[in-house]
Amino acid sequence: MGLIQLQIDGKKVEVPAGTTVLEAAEQTGIHIPRLCHDPELSPWGGCRLCIVEIEGMRNLPASCVTRVAPGMVVRTDSPAVVEARRAILELLLANHPLDCLTCEKNGECKLAEYCYVYGVKESPFRGEKHNYAVEDSNPFIIRDQNKCILCGKCVRACAEITGKNNLDFAYRGFNTRVSTFGNSSLLESDCVFCGNCVSVCPTGALMEKQMQNKARRWELKRVKTTCPFCGTGCNFDLCVKDGKIVGVASNPDSVVNGRALCIKGRFGWDFIYSDKRLKTPLIKRNGEFVPASWDEALDLVASRLREIKGKYGPGSFAALSSARCTNEENYLFQKFVRAVMGTNNVDHCART
Amino acid sequence: MTNSISEIAGAELLFLIGTNTTEAHPVIGYKIRQAVRRGAKLIVADPRRIELAEEADYWLRLQPGTDIPLLNGLMHIIIKEELYDKTFVAERTENFEALKKTVEKYPPAYVSRLTGVPVEDLYAVARLYATTDKAMIFYTLGITEHVCGTSNVMSIANLAMLTGHVGRPSTGVNPLRGQNNVQGACDMGALPNVFPGYQRVTDPAVRARFQEAWGVSLPAEVGLMLPEMFDKANAGEIKAMYILGENPVLTDPNSNHIRSGLEKLEFLVVHELFLTETAEYADVVLPAASFAETDGTFTNTERRVQRVRKAIEPLTGKTNWQIIMALSTKMGYPMHYRNTEEIFAEMASLTPSYAGINYSRIDKEGIQWPCPTPDHPGTPYLHAGSFTRGKGLFQAIDHIPPAELPDREYPFLLSTGRILYHYNVTTPYSTGIRSLWSQEYAEVNPDDAARLGVETGSKVKVISRRGEVVTRVQVTDRVPPGVIWMSFHYRETPTNVLTSYAVDPISKTGEYKVCAVKIEKII
Repeated sequence: MGLIQLQIDGKKVEVPAGTTVLEAAEQTGIHIPRLCHDPELSPWGGCRLCIVEIEGMRNLPASCVTRVAPGMVVRTDSPAVVEARRAILELLLANHPLDCLTCEKNGECKLAEYCYVYGVKESPFRGEKHNYAVEDSNPFIIRDQNKCILCGKCVRACAEITGKNNLDFAYRGFNTRVSTFGNSSLLESDCVFCGNCVSVCPTGALMEKQMQNKARRWELKRVKTTCPFCGTGCNFDLCVKDGKIVGVASNPDSVVNGRALCIKGRFGWDFIYSDKRLKTPLIKRNGEFVPASWDEALDLVASRLREIKGKYGPGSFAALSSARCTNEENYLFQKFVRAVMGTNNVDHCART
Repeated sequence: MTNSISEIAGAELLFLIGTNTTEAHPVIGYKIRQAVRRGAKLIVADPRRIELAEEADYWLRLQPGTDIPLLNGLMHIIIKEELYDKTFVAERTENFEALKKTVEKYPPAYVSRLTGVPVEDLYAVARLYATTDKAMIFYTLGITEHVCGTSNVMSIANLAMLTGHVGRPSTGVNPLRGQNNVQGACDMGALPNVFPGYQRVTDPAVRARFQEAWGVSLPAEVGLMLPEMFDKANAGEIKAMYILGENPVLTDPNSNHIRSGLEKLEFLVVHELFLTETAEYADVVLPAASFAETDGTFTNTERRVQRVRKAIEPLTGKTNWQIIMALSTKMGYPMHYRNTEEIFAEMASLTPSYAGINYSRIDKEGIQWPCPTPDHPGTPYLHAGSFTRGKGLFQAIDHIPPAELPDREYPFLLSTGRILYHYNVTTPYSTGIRSLWSQEYAEVNPDDAARLGVETGSKVKVISRRGEVVTRVQVTDRVPPGVIWMSFHYRETPTNVLTSYAVDPISKTGEYKVCAVKIEKII
C-alpha cells in the first residue's frame, strides 16, 4: 500500500493510504478530541467533536471518518474548529444534568474533560431536558440515560465486541435513545452483563454498580492482573482504594482481550470479600472446627504428615494441586510433594 | 492451543466440536463471532443448540458420544474424494494406510445412522473443511470428558493432519483450557508423571538434574492420578492428603465415591478460600489467599505466561506460597524465597520451555512458550516445521460408545457443563451473580417435558445408578429429545452425584458428558 504525504498543523506527515486524518494526527502526536470514536469499534462520525479544517473542503469534516489524501493541509485547532467544538459541547450540555459534583464518572468523564479544555461552563441553549428514570434493577450496571450523549459506542460495543446486538437507537429526534428490544430493562433483555458497553461509555450514562459511592476515580490505584476464571487469560485492572478492591476496569493494553471481558471477569471478583471467606486456620477437634493460629495449624500438619510418612511410607500420601493457583504456587507445591513427602502422587483437576 | 487467540481473526473456517465457547470461554466466543460476521465459515458439532449453532453455516447435531464416527466419516469422504493434502501426508506424517483402512469402514450412510447427522451435511462439511486453506478446529471438554476422550482428541488430530491443517498461522488444533491456570499447573509438573516442562520423572537424567537443584533424592516411580488417589483412599492405602484450591466433592464425577474416600483418610489438609464441601472433611483447614492477594503468573490456553499482581494484602496474612514454604521449612526442608520472582526464576532454570521468560520480559505483555532463551520472542503457533515427535502419527481409531447409555430403567441421557454466569464453584460466592443465578435449571426438551408433565420451573428428581439430586427444569429445544443437560455449579444440586464412574483409560478423565438417568416429577 502506498504512502501518502500530507500536512497537519504545519507538520509534514507520511502515512499509509486508507489512514484516517484522526489516526494520522495521532501518529504525529496531535490529539484530536473525540467522543464517539474508538479504535476497537467501527468508525461512526456521529459526535462531530473531531472536526478539522482541511484546505479546499467546504465544511469542517469529521476526522475519524475522513481518509487522508495526497497533499492535504489539515488544521486541527483553527479558530473555526475551536468555535465549532465549543458549540457542539454547548449543545450536548443543554440536555445534560450538571450534577458533576456527585457523578460517579467525575474524573474520567470525557464530556467534562473537553468542556474543561474548551472552557464550556454552561449551555447558552435553554430547552427541554430528558427526565428518564435511572435503571438500577440489576446488580451490575446502572443506566442513567439522562447522561447519554448518543455517541453510540455502547451500541457498537454490544454488536461488534460481544456480538449480542442487544442495544440500538430507538425513537427519533430529541427522543432518540439507546434501547433494548422493546425498551425492556437490561435484566429482561438479552443482556449478558459483560459490561463491555460500560467500558466504552464516555460519560456517566453507564456505570459499574459495584463501584457506586466507593471512590472518586482519581483516588483509585489500578493494578493490572490476569483474570482468575476461565483459561482465556484476559487482563484487567483491579481498582483499589485504601487497600480494598472496589471494582474491575478494562485495560485497553491487554494483549489477549483488549477491553472485552465477560460477566465473571468484570463483576465476579466480589467473591474475594464474601463473608464466607476463611479468616484463620481451622483445626477439627471432636468433630468441630476450632480457629487456630498459623503456627499451631502448620505444626500439626507437619507433625501428622511426618508421622504418617514414617508409619506407612511416602506412597501413603497424595496431594492435589490447583488449576486456580499461580505457576509459582504450583511449582512450589509439587516440589514440596516430591522433595519433602518423597512421592510423585501429585495431580490436579486437569483430568477431572 | 497450537494457534494464538489473535489468529482467529485471520481464519477462513472455524470448526467447533464439543465447545460451547460463548458461555465457557466468552471472550474467545466473541472473537469467533466477530470472525464469522466478517465472513469466516462456521461449523458447529454439538448435540445442544448452543448460541453459536445459530450463527453456524453447518450445525451438526450429533448424538452425544459419537464424535469418532463423525470424524471418521468426514475423513472417509475426504479420502474417497481425494481432497486430502497429499504433500503434507507424505512429508509430515506416517501410518496413513492404517488410518485409511479404518475410516474406510465409516461410509456416510452408516455414519449418519450412528450420529444422526444428515448425509448431505457430512459431504458438505467434509468438502468445506478439506478445501479451505486456513481452518482452525476448537474443542474442549465436550471432546475430552468421554470414556474415549483421548481417542476423540487423536481423531481430531487425524482430521487436521490429513488436510494439512496444522502448523500455520490461523490453521491448527485448539483445545480451549477450562481453568485460568490449568495450562500452567500442567506446565509446572502438578502431574504424577512429569516434573515442570513435561520432563518425565522416570528419566534418570531429568531426575538427576532436579535432585541436584533441589538437594534431595527423588522418587523414580510415576505417582497416582486423581481418580486413582480416591480409589486408593477408599481401599485404605492412601492415608493422608493435602488438597490445595480444589473441591472434588462438587466437581469430580461420581462424588459419593470421593466422599467415602475422604472419610477413610487418617489425615486431610484442605487449603481453600471457603469451607467447601471438601473442606468439611478436613482435619486442618488452611485459609488461602485469592488471586488478588498474591504476585505470580498464570499461563493461558494459548500458552501465554502473564503476570498476576498483588492488589491487596492477603486477608489472612499469608499468601499460599508463603504457607507452603513455612510448612516445608517446619518439615525439615527449608525454603526461603523472598518473592515469587525468585520462585519463577528457579522454575525457569529447570524448565527448558520457560527458560527464556522472566518477570521483566512479561511486565507489559505475556510471552507464549516455548521460549527457550532470553532473546527468543516466544511461539505464537506450534508444529511449524515438524511435530514434537518428528512426523505426525496417524492413529487408526474405531468408535467407542459411552460406558453407560440410556435403557428402559434409566431412559434419559444426562450431559453436563458450565453456564455463562458461573465459573465452576467460585462464582456462587459472588453476591451479584448469586442474586440472579442461584439454582440449577436442568434443560429438558419440550417433547420430554410434555410426557413428564413438567414445565419451566417445575421441580424434579434426577436419579442415576449412583445417586439422586433435586432440580428445577427449564423446558427448551436447546437439548434434543431424550437428553437432559445440567450444570454443576450449585451445592444445592450437586450434579456430580449422578455422573458416571467410567473414565478414559489413558487420561483418567471422567465421562461427565454421558450417563443414564431417570426423571421423576416432584408433586
